[in-house]
Amino acid sequence: MAIGTTEVLSTPATQSAGPWRTAWRDLRRNKVAMGSIIVLIVIFAACLAAPLYASSVMHLDAFTSNLDGKFTVNGVTGPVMQSSDTGLGLGVNPIGPTWLWNNFFLGADNQGRDVMSRLLYGGRNSLVIGLVSATLCCALAGFIGIVSGYFGGGLDAVLSRGLDVLWAFPVYLLAICLSVVLINQSLTIGPITLNSGSIILPILIIGVIYVPYVARPIRGQVMSLREREFVQASVGAGATDARLLRREILPNVLPTLIVFLPLMTAINMLTESALSFLSIGVQPPDASWGTIINDGVGLLYTRPMVAIAPGVMLAITAVALNLLGDGVRDALDPKARLRGAV
Amino acid sequence: MKLRITTAVASAGALTLALAACGGGSTPAPSASAATGGTTSSSAANAAYDPAKAGGDVTLLAKTAGGTLDPKINYTLQYWQLYQAAYDGLTAFKKVDGQESFTVVPDLAESLPTATNDGKTYVFNLRKGIKFSDGTDVTVDDVVASFQRIFKVSSPTAGSFYNGIVGADKCLATPATCTLDGGVVADATANTVTINLTSPDPEFFYKLSVPHAAINPKTAPVKDAGTTPIPTTGPYMFKSYDPNTALVMVRNPNFKAWNEDAQPSGYPDTITEKFGLTVEAEVTAVENNQADWIFDSPPADRLAEIGTKYAAQVHVNPLTAVWYVPMNVNLAPFNNEKARQAVNWAVDKNAVVKILGGDKLAAPVCTILPPGFPGFKDDCQYTNPAGATWQGPDLAKAKALVTESGTAGQAVTIITTDDEVNKAVGEYLQSTLNSIGYKATLKPISGNIQFTYIQNTNNKVQISLSQWYQDYPAASDFINVLLGCASFTPGSDSSINIAGFCDKTGVQPMIDDALKTEQTDMNAANEKWAATDKAAMTQAPWVPLVTPKLIDFLSTNVSNYKFSKQFYMLVDQLQVKK
Repeated sequence: MAIGTTEVLSTPATQSAGPWRTAWRDLRRNKVAMGSIIVLIVIFAACLAAPLYASSVMHLDAFTSNLDGKFTVNGVTGPVMQSSDTGLGLGVNPIGPTWLWNNFFLGADNQGRDVMSRLLYGGRNSLVIGLVSATLCCALAGFIGIVSGYFGGGLDAVLSRGLDVLWAFPVYLLAICLSVVLINQSLTIGPITLNSGSIILPILIIGVIYVPYVARPIRGQVMSLREREFVQASVGAGATDARLLRREILPNVLPTLIVFLPLMTAINMLTESALSFLSIGVQPPDASWGTIINDGVGLLYTRPMVAIAPGVMLAITAVALNLLGDGVRDALDPKARLRGAV
Repeated sequence: MKLRITTAVASAGALTLALAACGGGSTPAPSASAATGGTTSSSAANAAYDPAKAGGDVTLLAKTAGGTLDPKINYTLQYWQLYQAAYDGLTAFKKVDGQESFTVVPDLAESLPTATNDGKTYVFNLRKGIKFSDGTDVTVDDVVASFQRIFKVSSPTAGSFYNGIVGADKCLATPATCTLDGGVVADATANTVTINLTSPDPEFFYKLSVPHAAINPKTAPVKDAGTTPIPTTGPYMFKSYDPNTALVMVRNPNFKAWNEDAQPSGYPDTITEKFGLTVEAEVTAVENNQADWIFDSPPADRLAEIGTKYAAQVHVNPLTAVWYVPMNVNLAPFNNEKARQAVNWAVDKNAVVKILGGDKLAAPVCTILPPGFPGFKDDCQYTNPAGATWQGPDLAKAKALVTESGTAGQAVTIITTDDEVNKAVGEYLQSTLNSIGYKATLKPISGNIQFTYIQNTNNKVQISLSQWYQDYPAASDFINVLLGCASFTPGSDSSINIAGFCDKTGVQPMIDDALKTEQTDMNAANEKWAATDKAAMTQAPWVPLVTPKLIDFLSTNVSNYKFSKQFYMLVDQLQVKK
């Protein structure tokens, strides 16, 4: 990819379209990628509208317990939490899906809250955590990979061994350990204290644990670029390290990072969901798709939709992000275009 | 008593140490229901043993093992239930259905002695001819060694139940050299054991009837026996124990019934408790008759199914227990009485009932003592409209009290265990606290540590969720243990007075008075306990939530279900259908 991109960047300006414009043009021609973008836009828009849905359509706070709540369907009013009236009358179950947009469309959870509202609110958290942590991860990995690969020597040894140490831990175990410690005790960095319920904590945790997975290939790419003719030519022309990094290395690494972004967003969303499912991610009463799946586990036999709905949303979003990532890679990688032509 | 795993909580001395294992912990989720239909156990005395119905194997299921098998150390219902068919003390709770199961009867002792020396001395005549499962005779030396062993292995109740025995203080201070000199005295010739107390204890027979006072061979190790079975005197002995797979009980070849009330003969040939399945899988196994009973309470989403399709196999019984919300009276915002009262007004106990599975599985309570318990009297100070029993919350009043207290807007952290039901109650409490003006966060932590965590004042726990199940039927087991000054030990993991409530001028003198009255007049004492309960609730150190009920779900392979209120289902009385 780097070679191809370099070639694109090194092409004389006599050509009409720049590399980014070319990539965008190719992306637009990729129907699967564009379909994914549309799906993601719809999901993002729906999640952004969560407060509007909860307040104006459902008229119910998605974060307050509603165990004594009532609902009305077709003029019939009943309790949201319904006691069993058969046999011994054991158990209380929340109302199931009514499929009415303004009335417990997907049913209620074990606190009597509207699942649809929480699904939308949960999506906001899942997407924000996935996206921001992926951005953080790519930024950190980009910085470490570039510095390590470009300067080499002792600095590279230290940074690489640091990445090795991080990489040595199974990623989920590391995430769980960090989450258990930080989410139970909060995190104080200088004057800043992050409370245990803050979603910044899962963002930081997930952002950090995946750094080696992105930094490694970036470092390798930079080490390769450093030896390339155009870089050597710049060195010969007296370019400083800062200029080389800014003008020659970064532009060639950036497409790789951009390709990583949607892929890491999908991975990070899944990680967040796993942590939240284990109660060490997003904290109640906040929701994420992972916490809603967790809520649904106890209702799997009677109200499976509570677990299925966020699971489906998670799957759709992850697939869309992966397909978009593939499309972006194809668009930014001339070799992929070549393959496509063949 | 804790309903699930307790490991050896050692250390001598502190009353609360012993009691630490006694409540809280992870509790079977939505438990049982009161007298519903034909499903509640009801009969009274034991029918005569019918040898024709003996035989077969009973398979029990539990998600996890219950820890050490040592009866002096284990403090879980899970194994106390099994110990009933294996170990004996000088006295025992009657092994029958219903209220009568709270009655103490002589077991290894020939009779219940009358206290002498102003109620401080008991002389027990030991039955002759009883053997341990290893074939050795039960002697008075075994009895003395067993009482010494309570202290030598630092039994969880050594400092609370048995600290009144003469010489106990020395044993608590230096367990390894415990002799109980002058406290437990054997007379081999007369075959008697004399127990001397430092002061009269009207609850002493109760304390002798729990497994920690079981009589073990004098050769039993003076350390936690762990997974190694200690010889038994009852109808069953432990054949093998692997906490990862199963606990197997077989018939004790040396057992001959001596008192059917104290230790009836058992029916099954073997009782096997298997570990490792999920609770969902356990329910399915019993539905398919692949197992006969599950220790864990059925999950909420299976309740309707078993209550409908398998109603005939379900038994529901009320428990003498309480789910409650202790508020730290020494820490803001709940060091303000009005703030505590506000929470009492705000909490909708019916909402908690719903979380626990509905009104067939739990009932709201307003008092510290659970309904039906000695000293219990209907009284509800925080209900709208006013009444002697729970009616409903009053959010407006709660908000007004929060404003009056000047604590509005303060941050409050609720500590619960991380299981489904406790977490759901925690979420409800969080929502309620937010609605009356606090900024509440919920911190669910592992059930293995939550109970000790919330007791330690160093953890600065403001409010938490806990449960208490009776050890024996006496009001002091709730009020004195949970709200007495002696149960509050700052900085200790074993400070069972979780609220840190110690009213030296009001409630504590009432507790002392009730304890003193117990020695002469139990009825008068119970009146005093009721008054003490009311006085304590006026200061609102807790929000009493609900009293739970227990579900026993059995296969169709077994019959003759008997429910002891003290130790729950009598496993060895199950008859296997042939």
